Amino acid sequence: MTSSVSTLDRSASRTPTAGAAEKTARRKALLHWIAVHSLGIATALFFVLPFVFVFLTSLMSDQQALTRDLTPNTWHWDNYVKVFETPGFLTWWKNSLLYAGLGTALVVVSSVPVAYALAKFRFRGRHLSLLLVISMMMLPPQVVIIPMYLFWAKQMDLSGTLWPLIVPMAFGDAFAVFLLRQFLLTIPDEYIEAAKIDGCGELRTLVKIVLPMAKPGIAAVALFQFFYCWNDYFGPQIYASENPGAWTLSYGLESFKGAHHTDWNLTMAATVLVMAPVILVFFFAQKAFVEGVTLTGVKG
Amino acid sequence: MSSDSLEGRQAALRSKRVRNTLRTAAFMSPWLIGFSVFFAYPLVSTVYFSFMKYDGLNPPTWRGLDNWTYVFSDLPKFWPAMQNTLWLAVVMVACRVVFGLGTGLLITKIKLGAGLFRTLFYLPYLAPPVAATLAFVFLLNPGTGPVNSLLEAVGIPAPSWFNDTAWAKPALTVLAVWGVGDLMVIFMAALLDVPKEQYEAAELDGTSAWQRFRYVTLPNISPIVLFAVVTGIIGAMQYYTQPIVAAKVASGVMGGSGQTFEPGYPDDSTLTLPQLVYDLGFGRFDYGAACVVALVLFALSMAFTALLMRRRGGLIGSGD
Repeated sequence: MTSSVSTLDRSASRTPTAGAAEKTARRKALLHWIAVHSLGIATALFFVLPFVFVFLTSLMSDQQALTRDLTPNTWHWDNYVKVFETPGFLTWWKNSLLYAGLGTALVVVSSVPVAYALAKFRFRGRHLSLLLVISMMMLPPQVVIIPMYLFWAKQMDLSGTLWPLIVPMAFGDAFAVFLLRQFLLTIPDEYIEAAKIDGCGELRTLVKIVLPMAKPGIAAVALFQFFYCWNDYFGPQIYASENPGAWTLSYGLESFKGAHHTDWNLTMAATVLVMAPVILVFFFAQKAFVEGVTLTGVKG
Repeated sequence: MSSDSLEGRQAALRSKRVRNTLRTAAFMSPWLIGFSVFFAYPLVSTVYFSFMKYDGLNPPTWRGLDNWTYVFSDLPKFWPAMQNTLWLAVVMVACRVVFGLGTGLLITKIKLGAGLFRTLFYLPYLAPPVAATLAFVFLLNPGTGPVNSLLEAVGIPAPSWFNDTAWAKPALTVLAVWGVGDLMVIFMAALLDVPKEQYEAAELDGTSAWQRFRYVTLPNISPIVLFAVVTGIIGAMQYYTQPIVAAKVASGVMGGSGQTFEPGYPDDSTLTLPQLVYDLGFGRFDYGAACVVALVLFALSMAFTALLMRRRGGLIGSGD
């Protein structure tokens, strides 16, 4: 108090307000800092608390999960064991890994050459092809689902399996092609021309020169595709609903709630187990993922 | 002699052109097959079935425009589904863009633990939709959910969220805003690209923070805002998993194996166009009507895609 009065006095008596102005500016900056970080913490709570509540509920007894309690009285880690012992859960896990693993590998292998051609070759119809890729990317899957279902179920007799979802991934995915093309555009043509002068053919140039440089783009596409398959609900619902042996985790999780009517604790434990792999993958590949998201919106 | 070498050169040029075409075709072949079999053919087929009566058992028969008039004037669920889809395209997208921009701005201002905040803000975007929806139906559970417990503790009247026709779509919007991490990252990158000098110049002119946002930030990031709005609307056209899972779980009606569930609970308030395609096709085996709704959805998506590409040629990028 006294010091502030004295500064005021001094600044009033001498050249006006240089020290005081600096001080108010500093105080303003401090207040701003506090406001920003408080808002940051409040926002972080909004994002994190749902995870926390889900996790805490997953450790309650079935009785307590039906009450308004926020934290478990006794910690039931065995809920997780019970989820794994649920018939089908391990099969769904296996199916999800098969769908996501195979789907990702096929999409990367089939989309890279297409994206390379769209980014680096000059040919008639290139612009049109790109427009069609973007149109496919924007198309809701429900638009073509009736003929697709009839094709896979009636002609191919593959309903009740995940193959109608996996096989198309061997023929390029529009989003992956688009994203990879955006990435390949950033690789200078000089590298490719130099490789050709050294006598590399197209395929060798792609494999030896372009692919190593495109690793971050490929990593982003692989992650997106893995997450897409892991999260897919509509696909398994259309093709696999009749056969629980072919369900994935995302599809089975919902029926888990059906089978355990009131057991919110087990349902939340299963929810945690479906979220966990995705979040683990993210922590290992955070940079590639964030770069990929940015690439969809900003580059080009 | 000279004509001979000219011919030779022309032949060489021609064979090079053939080789280039073959090379392009080879590299493009996965997509050419994929495009024909999984896009062009089913799209034509959808148009064909929209004029047919077909239930999957009896052979299809010609119905002319009957499916179309049925969907537009006699199908009681069509206009609610259309309304809900448009509601989501407006309200949900607006909330996501505003919140995404807000968190993007906030994250660029945070100095202490910026990396940690960014990760925390981003994480919900990764939660698998079925898991996230289940979690929110539990959190917003009217009787015992933690959110309503908190609201009642503070004395705010707690809505029934997923069980109330007026609150089901807002509840879905809260869920969508929770997963705003993708937009946050995109906005953050755009905000960091705004030239610093423009802010410094504006500050020298004695502008307020709001004026700097309005006249410096916003014009600089407007292409990204447009991108977020249009891709958000296209996403709203495909909005399927969250509403159908929320409706199933909140209503307590569970589809077992091979069973179908009539979406839209409560009272068609969460029914969207993609769900109507599913309901008509796989719930009632009216493939003709399902294809009509699918084509409406197609027209809407393509209209917004065209808007995106016209206003932002940047999406295609500088290949040349």
